[in-house]
Amino acid sequence: MNGVHDMGGLQDMGPVRHERDEPVFHAAWEGRIYGIDRALRFIGKWNLDAWRYQIELLPPADYFRMTYYERWLQVNEQLAVKHELVTPKELEAGAADSDSTKATPALTAAVAAHLFGRGIPSSHDPNVPPQFEVGQRVRARNINPTGHTRLPRYARGKLGLVTRDHGVYAFPDTNAHLQGEKRQHVYSVRFAARELWGVNASARDSVHLDLWDDYLEHA
Amino acid sequence: MDSTRRTFLAAAGTAASQNMAHAQGHDHDHQAVPSDPALRVKALESLLVEKGFVDPAALDLLVDRYENKVGPRNGARVVARAWVDSAYKKRLLTDAPSAIAELGYTSGQGEHTVVLENGPKIHNLIVCTLCSCYPWAVLGLPPVWYKSAAYRSRAVIDPRGVLREFGTQLDEDVEIHVWDSTAELRYIVLPERPAGTENLSEAELAEMVTRDAMVGVSKVPPPGEKA
Repeated sequence: MNGVHDMGGLQDMGPVRHERDEPVFHAAWEGRIYGIDRALRFIGKWNLDAWRYQIELLPPADYFRMTYYERWLQVNEQLAVKHELVTPKELEAGAADSDSTKATPALTAAVAAHLFGRGIPSSHDPNVPPQFEVGQRVRARNINPTGHTRLPRYARGKLGLVTRDHGVYAFPDTNAHLQGEKRQHVYSVRFAARELWGVNASARDSVHLDLWDDYLEHA
Repeated sequence: MDSTRRTFLAAAGTAASQNMAHAQGHDHDHQAVPSDPALRVKALESLLVEKGFVDPAALDLLVDRYENKVGPRNGARVVARAWVDSAYKKRLLTDAPSAIAELGYTSGQGEHTVVLENGPKIHNLIVCTLCSCYPWAVLGLPPVWYKSAAYRSRAVIDPRGVLREFGTQLDEDVEIHVWDSTAELRYIVLPERPAGTENLSEAELAEMVTRDAMVGVSKVPPPGEKA
């Protein structure tokens, strides 16, 4: 979806504001929603891509108005309802319905500690052949998916060079919509700054993106 | 919002906070959305605990991990080790997850880490234009500026301008490589070891390495200079 989250290349966002000695969380509630977010993700009703898409669905004005962890709060409320962990009525009331069944077992501290050590599946899979190889010129496809995608607008239609094959990963455009992982190779693709931004960009600079097979075509 | 929720939120606020302004129901009945995220988070946590999805102690552990245990000091130790041990550096640049695990740090987000080496004529800079992807396992949670619209939008189109705002001036002949974290790879910069540090211990070197240098918005300054 061509949304406001896809920010690369915008120029009207002002200076970067750097806070000295910044705390990890600026308020206790930020830490709590961070923990709730992690805990609910561990339950496994939605994946990271689906979570990101839910953030992208925030109305543009809300997206800009909200702080980072306000967005997390909003999407966790929405996902918990959407995936029927809680009902809208329960969320409104802040208490469980009287006929609500209790989930067992709860995510305990011991389980949470164990889950931290869990990695994602190996990116090595000989059964999924690569469509491109290192050193090859490629073009990022000019596509405008209306769902979730990780191909930023600023790279679409641009020519780049494959510099590394990272192995096999789930494809966000299907995974976010729970339509399967459609695992495929992800490559580091280098785009010259001038290819992306024109002659006023430095001739020496470049931008590297990690792109799936389905985002690329032969050039 | 119906009155049930408003009543609950007001009660939660009274219990949670000394700041009573939001709990003065009559003056704020026109508000359609609760303005205080602290109250909503408290309500959500109570509900999830009551329904048996989470144990509050699990949330305590999750928060404690990133508030107190995992942060840029982890990355700084990785960088210092690479500065003093060339064999380690080689492993770090070719297989970062294994080399980082040698120091006891495991991945928090389940992603694959890649280390990028800065040099006199090459400068790497990390961004996530689409959201906020960041190497949690070695740097902890990202600072607000990294997640800001200003940084996300401009790092790719105006990296030199962004670097100047961090006080980092690069010569025209330095190549800038910006890494937009669009997939599940997570990047960390191996900054240049500053001059004048030949006699420092690994632990002393680790003290010098800053988070900003590992994101690539600044360099590690020589001893005696402030970052």
